[in-house]
Amino acid sequence: MTTTAATVGEGMDSPYALSHLDALESEAVHIFREVAGEFERPVILFSGGKDSIVMLHLALKAFAPAPVPFTLLHVDTGHNFPEVLEYRDRTVAEHGLRLHVASVQEYIDAGKLRERPDGTRNPLQTVPLTEAIQQHRFDAVFGGGRRDEEKARAKERVFSLRDEFSAWDPRRQRPELWQLYNGRHAPGEHVRVFPLSNWTELDVWQYIAREKIELPGIYYAHEREVFQRSGMWLTAGEWGGPKEHEQVETRLIRYRTVGDMSCTGAVDSDATTLDAVIAEIAASRLTERGATRADDKMSEAAMEDRKREGYF
Amino acid sequence: MTITTEQLSATTLLRFATAGSVDDGKSTLVGRLLHDSKSVLTDQLEAVEAASLKRGQEAPDLALLTDGLRAEREQGITIDVAYRYFATARRRFILADTPGHVQYTRNMVTGASTAELAVVLVDARNGVVEQTRRHAAVAALLRVPHVVLAVNKMDLVEYAEPVFAAIAEEFTAYAASLGVPEITAIPISALAGDNVVEPSANMDWYGGPTVLEHLETVPVSHDLAGCPARFPVQYVIRPQTAEHPDYRGYAGQIASGALRVGEDVTVLPSGRKSTITGIDALGESVDIAWAPQSVTVTLADDLDISRGDLIAPSGSAPRTTQDVEATVCHVADQPLSVGQRVLLKHTTRTVKAIVKEIPSRLTLDDLSQHPDPGQLVANDIGRVKVRTAEPLALDAYRDSRRTGSFLLIDPADGTTLAAGMAGNSFAAETVKVVADDEGWDF
Repeated sequence: MTTTAATVGEGMDSPYALSHLDALESEAVHIFREVAGEFERPVILFSGGKDSIVMLHLALKAFAPAPVPFTLLHVDTGHNFPEVLEYRDRTVAEHGLRLHVASVQEYIDAGKLRERPDGTRNPLQTVPLTEAIQQHRFDAVFGGGRRDEEKARAKERVFSLRDEFSAWDPRRQRPELWQLYNGRHAPGEHVRVFPLSNWTELDVWQYIAREKIELPGIYYAHEREVFQRSGMWLTAGEWGGPKEHEQVETRLIRYRTVGDMSCTGAVDSDATTLDAVIAEIAASRLTERGATRADDKMSEAAMEDRKREGYF
Repeated sequence: MTITTEQLSATTLLRFATAGSVDDGKSTLVGRLLHDSKSVLTDQLEAVEAASLKRGQEAPDLALLTDGLRAEREQGITIDVAYRYFATARRRFILADTPGHVQYTRNMVTGASTAELAVVLVDARNGVVEQTRRHAAVAALLRVPHVVLAVNKMDLVEYAEPVFAAIAEEFTAYAASLGVPEITAIPISALAGDNVVEPSANMDWYGGPTVLEHLETVPVSHDLAGCPARFPVQYVIRPQTAEHPDYRGYAGQIASGALRVGEDVTVLPSGRKSTITGIDALGESVDIAWAPQSVTVTLADDLDISRGDLIAPSGSAPRTTQDVEATVCHVADQPLSVGQRVLLKHTTRTVKAIVKEIPSRLTLDDLSQHPDPGQLVANDIGRVKVRTAEPLALDAYRDSRRTGSFLLIDPADGTTLAAGMAGNSFAAETVKVVADDEGWDF
């Protein structure tokens, strides 16, 4: 954050211009504070992925020197990267936060969900997520979704009203005018809130660099045992890979997104530093999800369909 | 296009909206802007190619890039506003891609509400049509500071200068009469790429910027001298910890102008006075902060201040009122009627209100006003008078888009009914009153 004309960067046409990162940060903080001011029981979805890490960082800044007035919720697929779970628990402890965990594995063990034949657990998250929201009576649920990720998400509002079934109806969205967010909802309904709506993948990385935010190591290039399935490099593990015909090899890779191990692919990369990651993304010809997410490729409207059911 | 990390973090952000009728090439223009700025990536293009092929189309249909919903792809139209992101070495852009269909004009209002620039597209063969006038009127109504007229399909009129000149002249005269402050007309062919990103070899008579050049260089307003500071209190930060036992900070986003430490301020609606003792700009203590920074302010006196209050310099505080006169754009399917009880959300304050009068409804086509319509329905624009249960520190929308705007909300189900712009003027003063009340076609 700058206060004098001398520190305003190149390309700014006025000493009172804000850099695009400052403008995005300011907007996101405004959104966090609106929710704190208008809702009773907000919660931040926190997966230990970079978007939720940036969300938490923004929330910490928004309410300093007071603590973040929200609890956290993680939907654990049971196939999460151990490094990420370790990061999650360490972060929660460091900031004295409260974390709820909704477990897909517990739902499967209890017979309430059935494992899919393809082994991917991402779509299975919806039921534990929506039941956790109902059970804890959360009325605002922060998600790290960005509109640049996917074409259905490009249609998403910053405040997105969900009915008692957590369903998203894209045709019945409230128009969002100026910075006046309408969070009115009936009992049982909740509002999904996306403070990073206007951020791109590159913005997130530049902000991580500027704010010197620590991330789980899997975001940086490292050697890992992976195997190929449906054109993606998946981490070998007890979750269900490799199968007999799938060959494990050690490759220098990194992850662009963090999700379920069964459907989140790694990319070949030698980017071991923040600067190298930013340079790599700026030059990439693939979107983040296109490069690394199997579940988005299931159909032309896969994301829209999952969002309608309550997924983020 | 190669962009260095340093260039990326120093760039500014421009929010703009596109508007155009159904077949005037808006998708192609958006597609080309995205494509040529490297914002359409290989996997997205491949998905569009595959989907186009599946439908039996030979060439990739660029509209599939922007039409994200099932229903939109099925019908081949854009239903809802979508936001797109792209960047050049000079700027980052947030594009509100708004539908051109008449029945979705409320979505253009949504896109225009945060836009600093609007691109209005016309087909060079058709010139200024009804829908063009509606778009210009919405841009004027929402006070979008810059309007670009993109005269598209110049390739279909043999790149003829007189065609462009006539359209530009007609549009500029009309938009200027609405009070649009700045209009830039650019002859383009979105399909052939003339004057979108690259200057056209086919129109050497045109000496102005390409669309992208203009987007990159148009000044974003930071005229702080002209706007007094407005600071709506969003949230009171009171840690009450051992480390900060007495800290009481007022958090919010500066809506306009600049705040300085040492400045005498008044808190509205109570009218109590104090002095700014500190400004915390998200972790850094500063002497001055300005719109649209999110900050936390501390004051010299322990006043009773809560969410919904407004802090302003004592010398230029707005007056408060319980009688709001405004232009509203009705955005809901259920109507707004005289006598209806509503909620009014202004900055961080939501109050009960009652619709006292709907003096007129406006036809955007010819700017005529129809008196006493009784109610407003979806996509209507009209004048309303609203009485609020508590005083509001409201500015005129012409002075501040942020503190002059409000929402009307249905208290029963929370629906956003209307977008309001306070003050007595709808753009220019040349509105004529027409008595007849049929043929409302907006």
